[in-house]
Amino acid sequence: MTMLNLLIAALSQGMLYAPMALGVFVTFRILKTPDLTVDGSFVFGMTVCAAVTIAGYPIAALLCGALADALAGLCTALLQTKARIEPILSGILVSTGLYTVNYAVLGGQSNLYLQREVINAQGAAVNESCPTVYRMFGKLVKPMGGLMKDANLQTLLLTLAIVAVLTALLAVFFFTRPGMAIRATGDNEEMVRSSSINADRMRTCGVMLANALVAFSGALLCHQQRYADMNCGNGMLVMGLASVIIGQVLGGRRGVVAGLLSAVGGSLLYRIVLQLAYRLDMPSYFVKLLSTLIVILALTLPRLRGAIAKRAKKEGARA
Amino acid sequence: MSSSPLSIQSLTHRFEAGTVNEKLALDRLSLELPAGQFVTVLGSNGSGKTTLFNTILGKLIPDEGRILLDGEDITRQKDYKRALNIGCLYQNPLRGTAPDMTIEENLALAYTRKASRSFFAVNRRDNRYFRELLAGLDMGLENRMKTKMGLLSGGQRQAASLLMATIAQPKLLLLDEHTAALDPGAAEKVMHLTETIARRDHITTLMVTHDMDYALRVGSRTIMLDSGRIVMDLSGEERARMTSGALAELFYAKGKR
Repeated sequence: MTMLNLLIAALSQGMLYAPMALGVFVTFRILKTPDLTVDGSFVFGMTVCAAVTIAGYPIAALLCGALADALAGLCTALLQTKARIEPILSGILVSTGLYTVNYAVLGGQSNLYLQREVINAQGAAVNESCPTVYRMFGKLVKPMGGLMKDANLQTLLLTLAIVAVLTALLAVFFFTRPGMAIRATGDNEEMVRSSSINADRMRTCGVMLANALVAFSGALLCHQQRYADMNCGNGMLVMGLASVIIGQVLGGRRGVVAGLLSAVGGSLLYRIVLQLAYRLDMPSYFVKLLSTLIVILALTLPRLRGAIAKRAKKEGARA
Repeated sequence: MSSSPLSIQSLTHRFEAGTVNEKLALDRLSLELPAGQFVTVLGSNGSGKTTLFNTILGKLIPDEGRILLDGEDITRQKDYKRALNIGCLYQNPLRGTAPDMTIEENLALAYTRKASRSFFAVNRRDNRYFRELLAGLDMGLENRMKTKMGLLSGGQRQAASLLMATIAQPKLLLLDEHTAALDPGAAEKVMHLTETIARRDHITTLMVTHDMDYALRVGSRTIMLDSGRIVMDLSGEERARMTSGALAELFYAKGKR
């Protein structure tokens, strides 16, 4: 594989996970409450999408995955706001519960390929792969020839278009009245309540939106890899955090639009870093540890920098 | 049926009822505020001021008694619902504003309860109104509307909080030592603004203060709380004759019991 191919592969992966990074951004940076539903809801989006795709509705499948997870988000939010369970625990509870739901959606198995049995002309039962949005897009652009025949590039282009629309919609949404109220709820919930706005409802909307985004990522990945798997969600939250934090290191903390863009950029860069690590013969099971280290490093860096600056100042004063 | 903006009828609240730590925070407290009246509230720590405010704001549901706002019973109404007609300001200027959002966004959020419908929260029509309000503060904030609230000084943030609390012309304004954390200059300014706005919009106001001068100088009536009851209610002639020294003596006499 040439460098270009590697880059395209990394970028297309980054784009696929970008909606997940956006979802993590919404809870972690806007609501300022990390939502641990992510690991479960990523798979939930994937399984629901697989089931609906096999039923023959590929485009609706992506939306169903997102909507189903908005409901999972609703459960988490209700546990937080009505049952007054700690946000972290609420997410873990729903995520754990979703494990069973996911198994059920996959028909009691741990993975499901996007194919269905059909009877061919000879009267034999054969497996036919189901159409996905990527396959449909591929059929559309393949005649253009050249680079367009590359499956990774196709994935990248379609996902890029989807993520661009998604990011633009989110950017607009966060400046509407409900969008701004969600931002304010993360910033100062008491002030939101005293402005006669139901802060619990705003928090609920935010968590539902975030989970829908995460699930959408899972649904896209399901279409791209052509199967759903129970294990795909492990460590997803840490990966999302890593993307958001990498993006923040690059883009700074300026505003909500810059934040959304840097979450997407962070997701891309994160995959490039992983791809480079693979090139250095890093075994694939190292990914989780690497992600964890990135998050820890990025979270401690500002503090570290502050401590170093303080020490430098002290030295300067002494000199 | 009383038609005064705020009518509090024998409000009683106990903390940790039925235990050895039982504390009677409000003891059949009754209070009527005529429309537009500005009342200052004195009382030592634990006299029931905060409990009174919290029951009016809906952060606490009283054991007994009723609270009527403009004739409507709000005793058990959800806090955010009654906030439609109640503005509130605390001692800590950070409590009333969202630091990561701009000044105009903060004002737009506070204005949401009375603003006409619009797609974007910040829009040109409302902004013209916000700019006028900010110019009235005389702090130059009207030229910094895109600045994040967190970058303002305590005095500026409290002045902005005051605007936010009164932006939707509430029926009732509650002030909980809202100038106590400010330097004397800023405190004087915010107090002056408070009086101006309350008078201009004819807002019925309750202001807790520990400053005897403010207690007598600001508003037209002074009440003192002790052990969850109103032990002094001064207005008119009687209040005009009272000096801050005499008031302080009364205050300590009540506190010693």
